[in-house]
Amino acid sequence: MSAVGRTWRRVRQNRVIVISGGLLTAVVFIAVIGPMVSPNDYLQTDFGNILQSPSFAGMHLFGTDDLGRDLFVRTLLGVQVTIIVALVASAVSLVIGVLYGAVAGFAGGRVDAIMMRFVDTLYALPFIFFVILLMVAFERNFFLIFVAIGAVNWLDMARIVRGQTLSLREREFVQAAQLTGVSFARIILRHIAPNLIGMVVVYVTLTIPQAILVESFLSFLGLGIQEPQTSLGALIDAGVNQMEGALWMLLIPATLLALILLCFNFIGDALRDVFDSRRSR
Amino acid sequence: MLRYALLRLLGAIPTLLLVIVLAFLMVHAAPGGPFDDERVLPPEIEANIAQAYQLDQPLPKQFFNYMSGLLRGDMGPSYRYRDHTVSELIGNAFPVSLKLGAMAMLLAVVVGVGTGTLAALRKDSLLDRLVMTLAMTGISIPVFVIAPVLVLLFAVKLQWLPAGWSGSEGAARFLLPAISLALPQIAYIARLTRASMIDVLSSDFVRTARAQGLGTQAIVRFHALKPAMLPVLSYMGPAIAAILTGSVVVEEIFGIPGLGQFFVRGALNRDYTLVLGIVVFYATLVILLNLVVDILYGVIDPRIRQR
Repeated sequence: MSAVGRTWRRVRQNRVIVISGGLLTAVVFIAVIGPMVSPNDYLQTDFGNILQSPSFAGMHLFGTDDLGRDLFVRTLLGVQVTIIVALVASAVSLVIGVLYGAVAGFAGGRVDAIMMRFVDTLYALPFIFFVILLMVAFERNFFLIFVAIGAVNWLDMARIVRGQTLSLREREFVQAAQLTGVSFARIILRHIAPNLIGMVVVYVTLTIPQAILVESFLSFLGLGIQEPQTSLGALIDAGVNQMEGALWMLLIPATLLALILLCFNFIGDALRDVFDSRRSR
Repeated sequence: MLRYALLRLLGAIPTLLLVIVLAFLMVHAAPGGPFDDERVLPPEIEANIAQAYQLDQPLPKQFFNYMSGLLRGDMGPSYRYRDHTVSELIGNAFPVSLKLGAMAMLLAVVVGVGTGTLAALRKDSLLDRLVMTLAMTGISIPVFVIAPVLVLLFAVKLQWLPAGWSGSEGAARFLLPAISLALPQIAYIARLTRASMIDVLSSDFVRTARAQGLGTQAIVRFHALKPAMLPVLSYMGPAIAAILTGSVVVEEIFGIPGLGQFFVRGALNRDYTLVLGIVVFYATLVILLNLVVDILYGVIDPRIRQR
């Protein structure tokens, strides 16, 4: 059986991955379908129906908030926003991290030392504060949130990719490419990067929950997604304010956020065991 | 040893400078001024304000002024809290945050190392699996979810502890915030400790100790604990940063008048000098604490020093 086939089988046989993956798929599926099916709208306020507890009356399955907006649709939209932000931010960190790590690892020597020293320096900083600084200095738009979160999360990726590249560099096919005069950029893109995919996939699944955490942290503080748009962090913030009268406003988004994070963490951990045989032994 | 410490201290200076330059540039690259409002001011007044806050000078000059102020402990006036300087605000708020952070850190290390060691000693038992599942859950649940749930449980329902800061006295009001702040770190440290303790317990010197008839307790206490602590020690840097970050949320939720709350207020009000000052302060703090961790690492593990 091919290497890909074998890996795939090990992934499928892993109970943790199957269960977490299934749960995640279900959450995302409901988050996409729910708002389409629901008769309610995420913007529609209804002051005769504020802070209703979850019920089938008016199809307010998750109740309504302090403006009478339907929380079912809002929560699901929040899930969508949270996941989209996390995916895009992870993609940003993926690109930066892989390129940075591959260049450092492949160049080696002094360049590598300086580049990694820079990463070590950034590691020691409370990065989230710089993200907040960015949010203060510039308008709080969607795009900036992606970039800011991506810029925070590339460090781990760079370290891992660099380690892998260092060992790949010594392999025959890379040296053969170098001997035949293939350019630096082309070796990294065509010969190094494809061989990093396994490891990178694992660490992306671990980066996504981190990105989700940062986004919801910012939104919780009111520095992320702005009203009337919403995300799980913003919904939890609203929930905390209504905690004593309308518990569901806190518990539903909080549970969903925890569930999503837990699933991603479990999958990432299990994938690492599947791909990295050294660790599983 | 002293040489090692001094070298590390010198090494931290460029990092610190980089941080200050980055933060300064970010704030000053912002489109629009700090006093932009819905109300449009006459140009003369705007020019006056800019002059009063030295915003009319070229950027390098402004940076030089800021740096020389910093060295004297002066971070400039707050743009929104008109009667206070940034240094005053930080000086008043920091002790509260420090107390909270120290408590959380202590909790995290003691409980985390304890449970991690326990799980390692009973590897693959029911207890081990329970601890590890709980730890994974603890890592996954963000502080701003844990804190309100704890408030709900212990303050609103059971009424054992105060829910907010005001209206209560003494250590009790620190308890819930510190626990919420510590929980994710406890989880992380427990996982780290378990992994490294399992490693150490299977090493040769532990087997020798066992062969000499030493009990498990004595082995852990006198032989295994120190080497097993190394990964935990190197996690202290990130842990400090995480607790600082978490304290922003926790202070907001519990209404604690600490640095984190000022930071969020400053960020929401676009109080540039205050936010810049707090970022510089936090970064300095984190860099210095990392330095302490590094030096401690050298004390515990002499192999590091020789490099």
